[in-house]
Amino acid sequence: MTDLSTPDIATTNIEMKVVPDLIETEQRIGLRSIDSTAVFAVVGAAFGAMAFVWLLFTQFTAAGTNIGMFIVWYLVFISMIWVIGREQYDPVRARDLVARVVFWSAGLIIVVPMIAIATYTIAKGVTALTPNFFFQDQSRVGPLSPARVGGASQAIVGTLEQVAIAAIISVPLGILVAIYLNEVGGRLARVVRTIVDAMSAIPSIVAGLFIFASFILAFGGQLSGLAAGLALAVLMLPTVTRTTEVVLRLVPGGLREAGLALGATEWSTTRHVVLPTARSGIVTAVILGVARVIGETAPLLLTTLGAVSMNWSPFEGKQSALPLYVYRLFQLPQEVAIQRAWTGALVLLILVFVLFVTARIIGGRGPGHISRFRRARLAREGLA
Amino acid sequence: MQVIDPSIALEGTTPIEEERVRPVTRRTGADRAFRLTTFGAGTLTLLLMGVIGLFLLVRSWSAISAAGLSFFTTSAWQPDGGAFGIAAVLLGTFLVAFVALGFAVPLATGGALFITDYAPSKVKTPLVWLVDLLAAVPSLIYGLWGRAYLQPKIIPISEWISTHLGFIPFLKAKPGAGFAASTFIAGIVVALMVLPICTAVMREVFSQAPAGEKEGALALGGTRWGVVRDVVLPFGRGGMVGASMLGLGRALGETIAVTLIISPTFDITRLTHPLETGGNSIASLIALRFSESSSFGISALMAAGLALFVITLLVNAVASLVVSRSRSGASTEI
Repeated sequence: MTDLSTPDIATTNIEMKVVPDLIETEQRIGLRSIDSTAVFAVVGAAFGAMAFVWLLFTQFTAAGTNIGMFIVWYLVFISMIWVIGREQYDPVRARDLVARVVFWSAGLIIVVPMIAIATYTIAKGVTALTPNFFFQDQSRVGPLSPARVGGASQAIVGTLEQVAIAAIISVPLGILVAIYLNEVGGRLARVVRTIVDAMSAIPSIVAGLFIFASFILAFGGQLSGLAAGLALAVLMLPTVTRTTEVVLRLVPGGLREAGLALGATEWSTTRHVVLPTARSGIVTAVILGVARVIGETAPLLLTTLGAVSMNWSPFEGKQSALPLYVYRLFQLPQEVAIQRAWTGALVLLILVFVLFVTARIIGGRGPGHISRFRRARLAREGLA
Repeated sequence: MQVIDPSIALEGTTPIEEERVRPVTRRTGADRAFRLTTFGAGTLTLLLMGVIGLFLLVRSWSAISAAGLSFFTTSAWQPDGGAFGIAAVLLGTFLVAFVALGFAVPLATGGALFITDYAPSKVKTPLVWLVDLLAAVPSLIYGLWGRAYLQPKIIPISEWISTHLGFIPFLKAKPGAGFAASTFIAGIVVALMVLPICTAVMREVFSQAPAGEKEGALALGGTRWGVVRDVVLPFGRGGMVGASMLGLGRALGETIAVTLIISPTFDITRLTHPLETGGNSIASLIALRFSESSSFGISALMAAGLALFVITLLVNAVASLVVSRSRSGASTEI
């Protein structure tokens, strides 16, 4: 048996040799995967460019700055890839390879600022981040006190109260407007949508000017946390409205029709079908709105000037806020003040990050997701 | 199976009057209240926008009527001395915005194309998240980081550009002029701030490029770059213009980051040399001068704010028009 089969294998081997030759005349173009030649080309070009930069900056000219050297390296790197691509393949595929590398680097460059900002702020701010940052105010802080003395409790309280005021005004209003745009509709809806779009582009300082001109000059209000909250509400409204509207649009129309077909009125369909389905999305909208305004500084400069000591009342007297605290201290000449400012910035960055991740986690759930709490309540009521 | 021609079947019989179906449920009082409340909320938003413009106009009227047309031609800002105008700050605002767009638009285009056409699907979602997160970082933190970390790194580059590309008139710095706190540096920081919004809008537009045409180009033997160049980019051109203008609107109104970085100047010749120390913008003028102004000075600042308000509204209106046009008209069938 084996003796007989051997020549058979030999003949198939001959045939096998012919087939690849036929295939090779027409090459497949890989779309996602890069073949090993291209990988070698890119890696080789990277090292080659590095060697070139080293030669240029140590042997021929004076050492440049890091960014300058990087720019030169990148230009050499790209042109080397192009040349290698032309040698290995053809001009079309060389251009494709260059484009691939350029777009990958654009994707990387987008990541860089976030990492740079986060690491720098953490490095600068973490030294003065002590518990008393949250529980003490600045009233006992002199110009020579070390950074660990005193804290920003007055600013944290101010920010919480001002953002709460903004949320109390713009969350119900924003949700109502979104319901109007998506559930009720009408001739005016298009105009309102355009205006809400335009509102999201109002420069934050103009919102502050508006509250100063209306609430303070025309209606005799005080420079206070309330004025700041009103200015933040103007900025928060478009974010809440637009995000809620997008979420309401995701509620399947079949659910609405089912509600109406069962004889429910418009109002009870919205109340009992649409809003519960979109619940998680609406929470996301609110959180994103808060994240949008929590770090706003410019409107606060015009509406509440900031304070050194604790002011619990948002209705009377100037109040501090975390962004204002950071902004003011950063402009002082003392090293300690700048250190405190960085700590404030770090707390602000953490707040925004936590809000953002919470919004994503809640918003990531599909519409109609029933949380564990709700399931327990429904079970108690005998509904599930 | 027999096929019955409906026209034959109906022959001779009188067609049944079609009755319009009306919703069985009638609107109750609660419904009417619901409609009225939401309508009221919508109208309130419209009014709010009008009221913002109105209040700024009323409060700035004394300054506008005092200055007249010279408000647009004077470059100094001394309201109590009588000479004030937005010529210099307006120029500074646009210069910062243009520097910002010069960096942000190419980067955003590359980033958006990377997300839609090049990124592996595992990288795509985190990257979209990251871009959204970048948009949520307060401008204050960009400003601090730009001044403390980025500025020392950019100054040598400014110097290099000024010495080696100095034959281009506006890039030449006067001997002895500093390079810190310049329009150029402020522009780079603002570029990082408008990058997320530009990227997000462009990604949205590019992702709607017709799949049939992309596949067609690939089937004809095109490379991925060929697809991007000949299908995605021509399709998304309108969206790119719109996204850049949305970015321009944001860049024009940016306050704190610019205020923290530039050292204000009202000298037109210094403003037109973006690498040199000194820059300005309407928003940072308001932020810096507000607390020390007299009531007439505040009125003048209101006028500047009104100008900024009108400009950003115009830019954004045109931008959203361009974006919506580019999406609707370009769908294709295969």
